[in-house]
Amino acid sequence: MSSMSEKEQSTTHKIGIYLWIWGLLFVLSFFSYMVDWYQFQGLLRWSLILLFMFLKAGLIMAFFMHLFWERYALVNVLLWPMTAIGCFVFLMVAEFQYTVFTRLFYFVVGGQ
Amino acid sequence: MSDPKIEGYEFKPGFKGMAQDTGSDQTMFKGVHWGKAMMWIFLLSDTFIFSCFLISYMKGRGSTLIDWPNTSEVFSLHVGSTPVPLLLIAIMTFVLITSSGTMALAVKYGYEKNRKMCGWLILATAIGGLTFVGMQAFEWSKLIHEGVRPWENPFGAKQFGSFFFMITGFHGTHVSIGVIFLFIYAYKTFKGHYDEEKRGWFTTMKGDYVEIEILGLYWHFVDLVWVFIFAFFYLW
Repeated sequence: MSSMSEKEQSTTHKIGIYLWIWGLLFVLSFFSYMVDWYQFQGLLRWSLILLFMFLKAGLIMAFFMHLFWERYALVNVLLWPMTAIGCFVFLMVAEFQYTVFTRLFYFVVGGQ
Repeated sequence: MSDPKIEGYEFKPGFKGMAQDTGSDQTMFKGVHWGKAMMWIFLLSDTFIFSCFLISYMKGRGSTLIDWPNTSEVFSLHVGSTPVPLLLIAIMTFVLITSSGTMALAVKYGYEKNRKMCGWLILATAIGGLTFVGMQAFEWSKLIHEGVRPWENPFGAKQFGSFFFMITGFHGTHVSIGVIFLFIYAYKTFKGHYDEEKRGWFTTMKGDYVEIEILGLYWHFVDLVWVFIFAFFYLW
């Protein structure tokens, strides 16, 4: 039985923390909607969008999905593969820039 | 999260625990319910699928010379006669976050063996998910009515339609599957299958409230994906 009570301690958390995270997610969503509402443009727009996005994703993963309380082995197994996605994004950014360049060069300039 | 059924196993926190886990005998994540470990692995592979969609969207949008449709106009709704940008999408976002919150609480009450509360919260989550799918169906039919197709649309670059239907469609499928499972689990919770350790339909595994957490992981993941779709597809 002692192991059972330990188990329950490790798996339940106070309701307050969930309500706080819930509230924060609402506020962050509202902020990201406001970015569109006020029509921020350029660097300000996408830095704000990315900031709110990563904050929301982080809160959901850390607290709703309990990753904050999970063992390091699981956290590492889940988060390291994300670097591969990051690499892929960089590769594809280089790729679309090249595509745009060739399109401009051949369609617009005519390859001269 | 440890289910201490492996005797003599003591979990150590931090990097020591990680070294012990990765170098452990026979199985990694000792003491973790296999269903939960497999759900995490599934979600990791699902992350890659959604990443591929979003990256191909980035590549498609970045490489076109024609202007991308202005999403805040395309997805605007008219309230009276004034168009409100992204109104439906904002409501959908709030509905999904609400359902994610109720799911987190359902997991908590499940582990506290509060059967009724857990059941009602799962049901609330399911209804939230259903509302989301309903609004998405409305959004799709509205856009199809306006002439958006996977191969053309009246607003700008032709690629827009195919990315839109592919990405939101795949996400909507995930939500729909989640809703079906939420209803099943709500039923099972109310029936007390997890208190009685009743076996599932296709498994010899004894029922346990950890199943609610596994379902919760899936549901939060659906919400997580929406966070990225909302940022990249609708706001960008």
